Amino acid sequence: MTLALLPLLQQFVLLLAALVLFLSFVLLAQARLISAIHSFAWQGALVAAVTLTVAVAGETHHLYFSAILTLALKALLIPWMLHRLTRRLGLERHTEDLHWPTLAIMAAVVLVIFSYWLVTPMVAQGLAFTRNIIAVSLAVVLIGLLMMVVRQQAVAQVLGFMSMENGLFLAAVSATAGMPLVVELGVAFDVLVAMVLFGVFFFQIRESIDSLDVDRLNRLTETADPVGANPFATTDEVSQ
Amino acid sequence: MPDGLMLSAWLIALLQALLYVALAPLLIGWVRKVKARLQNRRGAPLLQPYADLRKLLIKETRVPHTASPLFRMAPYIVFVATWLAAATVPLVALDLPIARIADIIVLVGLLALARFFLALAGMDVGTAFGGMGASREMLISSLAEPAMLMAVFTLAMTAHSTSLESVMSHHLADGFVLRPSYLFALGALLLVALAECGRIPVDNPATHLELTMIHEAMLLEYSGRHLALMEWAAQVKLLLYGVLIANVFFPWGVGREFTPLALGLGLLAVLAKLALLGAALAIAEHVVAKMRLFRAPAFLNLALLLALLGLLSHVILEIGA
Repeated sequence: MTLALLPLLQQFVLLLAALVLFLSFVLLAQARLISAIHSFAWQGALVAAVTLTVAVAGETHHLYFSAILTLALKALLIPWMLHRLTRRLGLERHTEDLHWPTLAIMAAVVLVIFSYWLVTPMVAQGLAFTRNIIAVSLAVVLIGLLMMVVRQQAVAQVLGFMSMENGLFLAAVSATAGMPLVVELGVAFDVLVAMVLFGVFFFQIRESIDSLDVDRLNRLTETADPVGANPFATTDEVSQ
Repeated sequence: MPDGLMLSAWLIALLQALLYVALAPLLIGWVRKVKARLQNRRGAPLLQPYADLRKLLIKETRVPHTASPLFRMAPYIVFVATWLAAATVPLVALDLPIARIADIIVLVGLLALARFFLALAGMDVGTAFGGMGASREMLISSLAEPAMLMAVFTLAMTAHSTSLESVMSHHLADGFVLRPSYLFALGALLLVALAECGRIPVDNPATHLELTMIHEAMLLEYSGRHLALMEWAAQVKLLLYGVLIANVFFPWGVGREFTPLALGLGLLAVLAKLALLGAALAIAEHVVAKMRLFRAPAFLNLALLLALLGLLSHVILEIGA
């Protein structure tokens, strides 16, 4: 067993990466919006911890800065903004049950296996001790994507989008020991702006359809007509 | 191994098996005591479960008219199967000959045998509660068993063996290693243990409320020594899961050789670990509410997911490392 030969700090990085993956699953299956935001905050904190530990273990000092940036942005600021948004939208007690929770989880497990299979040739190259994390981060990206597909609630979809960004950041840290600082600042700023824009969009969506359930955006009229009675329903079906 | 040493090894294995039966009521007494203290009650004395068992053993045993011979046989089969399962888990010493006979899959099989007869006995008399309890027990266990096997396979993949003993000695030889797969397997096994031992989020051991009971519903028709054996078997099962979790994930302190000192230290270590685990169980039961029966599948799905993630993280993060 080669894991036992790694120093304790590097084992700790792998452990944290595994926990990031677990939190992706929690995010995917979490029915309560507020709890999902909290799990997202924890995921951000864990990504920051991975960055910090890689910085300590690999002696790459510029990663300290990105760890602090990640912690401030992903674990504190964005969750706080989402929290405030859900409160202003009156969604604190909102729960959204997935239609097939077990199926969604199993799909996520398949995605993990798929990303492992995809990354195997890269791992064989043998870059650094963090190379095994690439598969995990790719899986986090794909599970974020899956979350945007299976969730109907706009805020939950934004959480999926943000956790995709977590996965990309994890990949950057584990594959190349961090991006250049300029790129990192740019991405952080982008995410922040995206968050502000999403906030504006939430209010727009709710104003026009009285709900944040994006499935209702498919409807062309306000009344909930059965399919067929609505003259636009057929074109609606075709457009899907 | 020379004959003399072999004989003493078998003797220690036998003593260890007896120790399981002797210690099981103590663990349940300890859990109840901690729980009572948390609820600001003084609680029953630590040795109360022994007194309860003694009382049941000397009481007259009544059997319903409609019962078949299976009803009389079931308590003995359940007790012996659970006891045998417990005997395969190293309690105070490693390198016992019993490990060469039985591995983890045998342990799961013996527990399944006990559960099968428990459910049959529940249905045998034909009361509504017995059948309901048996059907619920089977629902829970059919979901808990795959999760338990997955968790066990995660451990087995690290040690390249399904024998509990080699898993433990592998872990001891490696020293302190942070394994993501062990963390997930630990989570999965904790959830499975809660479900299998009928503890609070899944079943409430302290109540006979007909809407919620699972394990107690199957024992309603039993009395006297039959009931004593059934309850004792449940206590041994709790101890078994406790020792499994304590000794597989934290094997430090277990005796490596058959000297009185090593064995005594092993016993002390396992008692300390079990006391901690029992207190943790009591605290968990104190803060968590019992959930509806129909939420139990979601609870056990989480256990299965944890075990699956354990397997995956072993393959992804640990093998390539």
